[in-house]
Amino acid sequence: MIATRDNLTDLRPHSFAAPRLDTTRPEDLIGNTPLLRLDRAAAAFALSTRVTLLAKAEWVNPGGSVKDRAARHIIHEAERRGLLRPGMTLLDATSGNTGIAYAMLGAARGYRVKLAVPENVSPERLAILRAYGAELVLTDPLDGSDGAILEARRIAAADPTVYYADQYNNPANWQAHYLTTAEEIWRQTDGTISHFVAGLGTSGTFTGVTRRLRELNSAVACVSAQPDSPFNGLEGWKHMATAIVPGIYDAALADGNVTVRTEEAHAMARFLARHEGILVGVSAAAAVVAALSVARELDEGVVVTVLPDSGYKYLSERFWLE
Amino acid sequence: MTTIRIPTPLRPYTGGNSAVAVSGATVGEALADLTRLHPQLRPHLYDGEELRSFVNVYLNKEDVRGLQGAQTAVAAADTLMIIPSIAGG
Repeated sequence: MIATRDNLTDLRPHSFAAPRLDTTRPEDLIGNTPLLRLDRAAAAFALSTRVTLLAKAEWVNPGGSVKDRAARHIIHEAERRGLLRPGMTLLDATSGNTGIAYAMLGAARGYRVKLAVPENVSPERLAILRAYGAELVLTDPLDGSDGAILEARRIAAADPTVYYADQYNNPANWQAHYLTTAEEIWRQTDGTISHFVAGLGTSGTFTGVTRRLRELNSAVACVSAQPDSPFNGLEGWKHMATAIVPGIYDAALADGNVTVRTEEAHAMARFLARHEGILVGVSAAAAVVAALSVARELDEGVVVTVLPDSGYKYLSERFWLE
Repeated sequence: MTTIRIPTPLRPYTGGNSAVAVSGATVGEALADLTRLHPQLRPHLYDGEELRSFVNVYLNKEDVRGLQGAQTAVAAADTLMIIPSIAGG
């Protein structure tokens, strides 16, 4: 029956009590990501049968990456401290994923979002940022993400109406992982994690997870991973020796460091897609290379790494076809 | 001579220069001249005789892979750019 002014009363619910809707907000979907077993990778790389290789599937976050965790906590902390208020613009430099997280959360919370982004960021990421309505300041691709950082600093110095989130120097970045990622890993492994391995970008994931895991069990070994060279294709990772070093990075924290060559990560991305059925981005594949290099040395243990995002934002890259 | 613009992470291997003037009639010849002038660049750009898969070379803002690759003709007024990937965050 079509509702008209005459028969509308027939369609009204009999009770005016508020309905009990089962709903949520996008930001409440951040975190509590699945922990995946990488058994085929473990077998293919001849790990001991007493070594388990596990990985956090961070692409299930609503913004599609691990960066949702840091962006949410950065925004909440800035609001709590009165640094970010209605009508203000959130500003940061980003290689893409943090920007997507800011753009998503900013849209939902009513903030304008302005991002300094290297011009050569993948076209998929640019399209997503624009779809969320973020304002983009494209920086010289020759200067990479350090050029975007310098541009964000310049904008922040010139415009007091922006809140410069500064993910590279904001402790809320690593605290997000201290409060959530580490706790999830501890719970999901029933406290059996023996090794944690993560790539370094802002270093927020590694720093926060390591600090909390050490409190839970001081014997957990934590290994950070970096590109093998300042010129590399590991988008999202940083070569600390030659880049602007994030203020939140603590070089003394890691029990060990491994390096990954870009071509190894590309090969691993193809392996994971074709043999595990897991389509991940380049930094996730690099994290698995790093985790395997740690796991190969073990007779027994539970090795956990973090897969920052899926492969969907990298499908225009040529290496998938090799 | 053609100019090749060098990204920040590779400048330690070009004596700190952000641009290098090279000779050559094609992209391949220009890059060969670049690595002849600055041999330390070669392992960062090449895997054997092939450019590493993530190394993007742009001719006047166009990816040379969309043109004729290493065979793409270059003129003295042209600018080539070697574009890095994007780090961290």
